[in-house]
Amino acid sequence: MKTTLCGIEIDNPVIPASGTYGYGLEFAELYDINILGTFSFKGTTLNSRFGNDLPRIAECPAGLINSVGLQNPGVDAVINEVLPELKKVFHKPVMANVCGFSVEEYAEVAEKLDKCDQIGWLEINISCPNVHGGGAAFGADPKVAAKITSAVKAVTTKPVIMKLSPNVTDIVSIAKACEDAGADGLSLINTLLGMRFDLKTGKPIIANKMGGYSGPGIFPVALRMVYQVANAVNIPVIGMGGVSSADDVREMLMAGATAVQIGTANLVNPFICKEIIEELNA
Amino acid sequence: MKQSVFSIIENKPLTSNVYKMVLSGDTSEITKPGQFVNIKIDGTFLRRPISVCDYDENTLTLIYKVVGKGTEILSIMQSGELDILTGLGNGYDTEISGNHPVLMGGGVGVPPLYALAKKLISENKTVDVLLGFNTDDEVFYAKEFADLGCNVTVCIADNCRNSEYKNGFVTAYLPENYTHFYTCGPEPMLKAVYNATNTEGQLSFEERMGCGFGVCMGCSCKTITGYKRICKDGPVLLKSEIIF
Repeated sequence: MKTTLCGIEIDNPVIPASGTYGYGLEFAELYDINILGTFSFKGTTLNSRFGNDLPRIAECPAGLINSVGLQNPGVDAVINEVLPELKKVFHKPVMANVCGFSVEEYAEVAEKLDKCDQIGWLEINISCPNVHGGGAAFGADPKVAAKITSAVKAVTTKPVIMKLSPNVTDIVSIAKACEDAGADGLSLINTLLGMRFDLKTGKPIIANKMGGYSGPGIFPVALRMVYQVANAVNIPVIGMGGVSSADDVREMLMAGATAVQIGTANLVNPFICKEIIEELNA
Repeated sequence: MKQSVFSIIENKPLTSNVYKMVLSGDTSEITKPGQFVNIKIDGTFLRRPISVCDYDENTLTLIYKVVGKGTEILSIMQSGELDILTGLGNGYDTEISGNHPVLMGGGVGVPPLYALAKKLISENKTVDVLLGFNTDDEVFYAKEFADLGCNVTVCIADNCRNSEYKNGFVTAYLPENYTHFYTCGPEPMLKAVYNATNTEGQLSFEERMGCGFGVCMGCSCKTITGYKRICKDGPVLLKSEIIF
């Protein structure tokens, strides 16, 4: 099931989603990760971040809420320490997930990653719901989304994929703003903002109170948004949100996706991407 | 880490809400006491991380407390198969124990100390075990530890009536001249053990987890030696690296 994603051929359309696959190293101990189309690595910021207080995870009947808060070692450590390790086990272009707290930070991180041969695409996360003063705040305003797109495009020759939030009134207007600003592709949806309470304490389970809801429960919403956006733009769309089976991948492709990311399912079944690829190839 | 299918051999209550489950399957990835497994349970979305109480070549013993929907479903299973990820977490290091380690367990934190005690005894060490429970009727596994050859003290926090048990917290009964400590239990107990001990030691932590194998960053904590994932770099941390 070869396909082309923003000018780069991938062996199949299955891509583990950012935040559920680390930098690939843990999964490389489980199976040969070169079977993947590619994978999107953990959201990376300019500086090292610990992220939010614990608990960061709350379970739901058909998924989970997370509020990790972009824990990552910072872009320089990713380039100097993580990517050389990844090179030993993954021999394809990887998708770099970029996050920031200002337009300048997005551009600075993107510029550093642009120099890495291992990186195929830059996925620009303007939709993280778990950080204040950044993330989703940028993805909720078409003008700001366009500004970040332009700023990143100006510093890289790699394809730029804007990762969109579902927590907006009109995702199509954001998608179009990114396309008009030069985005090479779009990926959607990030998590839906949600919360759970602890019945014993009467308080939110998540320390940050709210977090991003993901898992099979959001699949129909994701599918609908991918369909709307794919019909409104002329650039490739990567569909994601609750995809947990080969049939889910097929549905996302039917909705207009060029490739499909698999996120939360990796946390429950670490072999899910391998199993889905084998089923799609069968 | 390995994903494999285990068969339930036995699942019986030890107290009103603590169960012992024995399973048969491939335990080859379990290399140290103090590691845990992550169990897929029909009816819940996430797996349930449970510490390994004991293991040999093809059997796995788990002791768990019913605390919610997942463990409740688990508690009524009398037979059948379970999808389990094994070999998770770092486990306890016995090489630095010295010749007289003390083990302190609190409630459902007791089980992982059993395989640890077994290993330490096999290494010809003098093993003191302090088991802490809230009430007399919550006590389990005191005899099993004694049968291994450990010196066992059962400590009851609240209204101790059994004359074989001591009144109070485990920290009040620390032996003299112990060389190292190992502990597992609720966080207030870990903190009390941290403050009451005067040697290096190993503390096993519990946290809500997403994946259990180090990729989601759901259970990270700050230590003196940097950020650590409870599931992958822990659950056992050294006293000297912990920031309380």
